[in-house]
Amino acid sequence: MLTLNQLMPALPEIVLACTCMALLMLGVFRGDSSTRPVSWIAVLALVVVGIVLTSVQSGRMTAFGGQFIVDDFAHFMKWLIIIGSSFAIIMSINFNEQESIARFEYPVLILFATLGMFMMVSANDLISLYVGLELQSLSLYVVAAFRRDSLRSSEAGLKYFVLGALSSGMLLYGCSLIYGFAGTTSFEGLATLFKGLGGTGPSVGLIVGLVFLIAGLAFKVSAVPFHMWTPDVYEGAPTPVTAFFAVAPKIAAIALFIRVLTGPFGVLIAEWQQVIILISIASMVLGALAAIWQDNIKRLLAYSSIGHVGYALIGLAAGTEAGIRGILVYMAIYLAMNVGTFCCVLAMRRTSRMVEGISDLAGLARSQPMLALALAILMFSMAGIPPLAGFFGKLYIFLAAIESGLYTLAIIGVLASVIGAYYYLRIIKIMYFDEPAEAFDRTLSGETKTILVGTTLFVTFFIIRPDIVVGSAETAARMLLAG
Amino acid sequence: MIIQALSFYLFSFVAIASAVMVISARNPVHSVLFLILAFFNAAGLFVLIGAEFIAMILVVVYGGAVAVLFLFVVMMLDISFTELRQGFLQYLPIGGLVGIVLLAELLMIGGSWVIAPATETVRSFPAPPIDQVTNTHAIGKILYTDYIYLFQGAGMVLLVAMIGAIVLTLRARPGVRKQKISDQINRRPEDAIEIKKVQSGSGI
Repeated sequence: MLTLNQLMPALPEIVLACTCMALLMLGVFRGDSSTRPVSWIAVLALVVVGIVLTSVQSGRMTAFGGQFIVDDFAHFMKWLIIIGSSFAIIMSINFNEQESIARFEYPVLILFATLGMFMMVSANDLISLYVGLELQSLSLYVVAAFRRDSLRSSEAGLKYFVLGALSSGMLLYGCSLIYGFAGTTSFEGLATLFKGLGGTGPSVGLIVGLVFLIAGLAFKVSAVPFHMWTPDVYEGAPTPVTAFFAVAPKIAAIALFIRVLTGPFGVLIAEWQQVIILISIASMVLGALAAIWQDNIKRLLAYSSIGHVGYALIGLAAGTEAGIRGILVYMAIYLAMNVGTFCCVLAMRRTSRMVEGISDLAGLARSQPMLALALAILMFSMAGIPPLAGFFGKLYIFLAAIESGLYTLAIIGVLASVIGAYYYLRIIKIMYFDEPAEAFDRTLSGETKTILVGTTLFVTFFIIRPDIVVGSAETAARMLLAG
Repeated sequence: MIIQALSFYLFSFVAIASAVMVISARNPVHSVLFLILAFFNAAGLFVLIGAEFIAMILVVVYGGAVAVLFLFVVMMLDISFTELRQGFLQYLPIGGLVGIVLLAELLMIGGSWVIAPATETVRSFPAPPIDQVTNTHAIGKILYTDYIYLFQGAGMVLLVAMIGAIVLTLRARPGVRKQKISDQINRRPEDAIEIKKVQSGSGI
């Protein structure tokens, strides 16, 4: 019998699901004029969910017959997702009105995507993994094509949908092979099974299933060689949606990646480590090199995010507590840097139209010195220059890699970040030293400015109290690996 | 037993043959009709192994809804299928190569397949016992208890799909004349009719 107490671990998800449906009803009855209230209620709901999350949380708990799990790791990741999603809604309010695509479904779909991500982070079974992933992806396909009258946005949505369906197919194929050879879909069952194998290796079928599973997940985090959709989707989707894509789904997919590989497949590290190392190196190198030739800032940020995923995966390849802690810190910093940068991209509006060329930033330092300063700080941080936050993210990851003896990976990572620094610094050079282009319209809303200032301050002053993030990341990583 | 074996071969043969016809028929409408035939035969196979619930669902959902939807889409969209098929021969060698590699790999995996001894006992004594509970009942019992989380999750996925379809396609078109029932009812003779006295024999 299911009692109310057994549902407690999933309370944040239940609250979120009910809010989604209530807001949908509100929107349907009040029409598109209710977009602004619906958006703010959605942000408020996310905050409430965060509070519920904090109050319910105590140690490691499972619900629904072990299909759902909450622990400090899930807690940490869910907080990052809440921040990413609420920023994406706040940033969109003014943008959608300016572009006359303000519709109440946008915040509702973002909330549904958030619910899917929560389910992914808390998945403790191959089936719940898939259901969460699909809920998230389906909402993302729709918001990618949200500006449906624009050819590029529709193309982005369609491309994302087709390739996403393909990757889901691969993932399911992997899951079915794993189920076929292991006889269970539950993560605990799989972990017990693999521990029981002793010295003997698992059968070929399981390895093939695992590889397919990794391929499906690598698509969702857009790691090379499954990254092809990223630049097109980032370029075509409306800017706040791109900001959302760059942070929340990546964080959720990385969380899923970590949970699957260190949890049930933790014993098989020898089997998956090489795959992750390869993916990681390829992502870092491609992210660093391909971005150099981009002249659209959203495409550039797409390649930059591919590179960042490569760095984060180094920590996973290490597979140690230090590595996981490194990823968690990296993702938190990555969230702040990306949200801030996309706020700056939102400010690139000239004669009421969005401009996205990097050359449009020329001379920004003279027309809008504060904006240029914020973007410069964020770019320095992305490049990993001390004492900004981005440096510490990379530091923790590389330290973990060296501790586990992955010297090649660490060296390639450092080299790639040096190459990557070129295009980040180029943006700063264009802003400060090039002949000024026409000034941007000053239409950035107060809320977006607040987000920009907040993230920039976080990135700048991370050095003073790194222990706030690092400490909770450490407990999260320890709890994940202890279980 | 012999009837069971015969019907198994009949259903499987027709299912495979119609599946081949789905991809080889020239007319797309015929393809969809063969697809429906394949679904029905698969349903027959399910009945043979005693899974009548899945068999009926297959007929209702796939045969009834999905295939008919396909049929409508195929008939309504103006797609030149001969054009789509062009380049088939051109891609055949590389596609065939990929297919053969995949098949070889699958056979390798299949070779290492081990069936746990415990499965045989589970198969012969299913829980709950098949003579006490129908399998519709059995599925219902676990779907709404053990798997409630996944069931609700799948429901959410479908809801999002519905919202998505509406968001991306519903447009308020200007100039559409809709029926306004209250206006129609509120119309009075004085607003609509003008009475003219016409003198006979003189015209208006």
